[in-house]
Amino acid sequence: MNSAIDPPSRARRPFAVLRVWWKMLAISIEERLVYRGDFALGTLMRFLPIVTQVFLWTAVFSATSRPDISGYSRNDIVAYYLLTMIARAFSSMPGLAGGISRSIRDGSIKKFLVQPVDYIAFLLATRVAHKLVYYIVAVIPFAAVFWVCRDFFPPVPDASTIAAFTLSLVLSFLLGFFMEATLGMLGFWFMEVSSIVFGYMLVQYLLSGHMFPIDMLAGIGTGIPGISLADVVTWLPFQFTAYFPAAVWLGKVQGAELTKLLVVEVAWVVVMVVACRFVWARGTRRYSAFGG
Amino acid sequence: MVRYLAILGTFARACLVRDMTFRANFLLECLTSLGWMSMNLAFYLLVFTFTSEIGKGTGWTREPFFAFVATGLIINSIVQALFMPSAEELTEMVRTGGLDAVLVKPLDAQFLLSLHRVDFSAFANGIVGVGLLFWAVSRFDTPPPLVAWIIYPALMLCGVAILYALVIMLASATIHMGRNQSLYDFWFYITNFSRYPAEIYVGPWGGPLRSVCTFVIPILLVVNVPAGVLVRPLTGDAWWPVAGVVTAAAASLVVSRLVFQWSLARYRSASS
Repeated sequence: MNSAIDPPSRARRPFAVLRVWWKMLAISIEERLVYRGDFALGTLMRFLPIVTQVFLWTAVFSATSRPDISGYSRNDIVAYYLLTMIARAFSSMPGLAGGISRSIRDGSIKKFLVQPVDYIAFLLATRVAHKLVYYIVAVIPFAAVFWVCRDFFPPVPDASTIAAFTLSLVLSFLLGFFMEATLGMLGFWFMEVSSIVFGYMLVQYLLSGHMFPIDMLAGIGTGIPGISLADVVTWLPFQFTAYFPAAVWLGKVQGAELTKLLVVEVAWVVVMVVACRFVWARGTRRYSAFGG
Repeated sequence: MVRYLAILGTFARACLVRDMTFRANFLLECLTSLGWMSMNLAFYLLVFTFTSEIGKGTGWTREPFFAFVATGLIINSIVQALFMPSAEELTEMVRTGGLDAVLVKPLDAQFLLSLHRVDFSAFANGIVGVGLLFWAVSRFDTPPPLVAWIIYPALMLCGVAILYALVIMLASATIHMGRNQSLYDFWFYITNFSRYPAEIYVGPWGGPLRSVCTFVIPILLVVNVPAGVLVRPLTGDAWWPVAGVVTAAAASLVVSRLVFQWSLARYRSASS
């Protein structure tokens, strides 16, 4: 019996799981590096929207006598947008949901049903590889932009804030991954999920803090006395994918509030891991494929 | 020319039939497109809760700014509807070898490759843009003169021509790169500069950026000039940008044609 189709014996071998993971990672890195030009171009272009946002907010501040907007000075806003770029570099999962739903639709997912490879783990390894390649390509432009813009940033925070920032980034990666993977697996029920994904991206873009700091929603009511739109958004998972890491670095969230929000983020990650596993289990149960 | 117009009509009719075959999907595409637009409008409304003007002394107060945004919506919806779907297909055609079938047809390759697919759902934003434009202009302190309304559509067409040229040049890059999945991203990022009034680009970085985006890649002229004739008096120096956008449109079309033909000459079939 070939060990490749004998999962129990594989599981018994030490480091077998790690070897599978490493193999998946290596394959994905090679795949990512095939179209290097396209990849490098895409990475570089991601900085351009920040440039227009910086000029827009500079123009806004030049026309108002306010020293700050919702607690953000002009420099804070520039730093905020740059930091959300880092957060988005961890949490954004381009093509993940669409890829999953496509593989369900075209039947290519069936190989994961007969091979001793966990599909979600495979996707996670692929995504880690994607991110690693992205960071390798992006580290130079990121460093250059941050160095050019260093005067916009407040002094480097203390070690505990940096640790919280790092933790929030890792959690944002996991949250982004499991949210999108869950969305993609809705393809077991709907033939085409692109509209659902688009709707998700819409909400995500608006409520994640990608467009503006969520604090700016504090003055907008919800119709419920004493509860602003910012209060509602704080409890949703989206803010952890852009706003939260940036706010942590800038010291906008500190002390007990920081701890509380980290706990909320961990809770959202757990919820989405469970949701993803649940949708996969239910989806594969109803899945049927025909042909060779 | 008549033959090409007839073929364009056939392409458009075929795409409309296809869109109407999947009506629910068409409606969904319209709604998602409108969703993105609404989100951006909400962002601008939020910005105007903190300031009365975009840039001190620029004149881009709320209503003029929304006339600017509306102009951008109309221009972009035309480009998105007519040219982007075909350009996106070209990127895959090069990789898969599907371009060969296009090149052997007795038609101009650029015409065929840039206009064979029309996305009617993209017009949804343009229709809302027209409504937004009339809403904003009706609230101006001084309504635009008749001459401004006459040249406004022509200037928007110049803006469309500049963006079309950019799309073609970006799509041509595919032929050299083998694959260009970033085409749409690149398009989004580069046109991002045209989404705001040129006056916001000031200072040691903004000045050079404004010059590059006006004279090298004339992306800042696309919306600024048409919107400018509506919100500012058309006197004296105000005609220079008008002449500039007409010149830029003509030059862009010529350059894009040259780039496309040069790229096509270097195309090597990927098919078997």
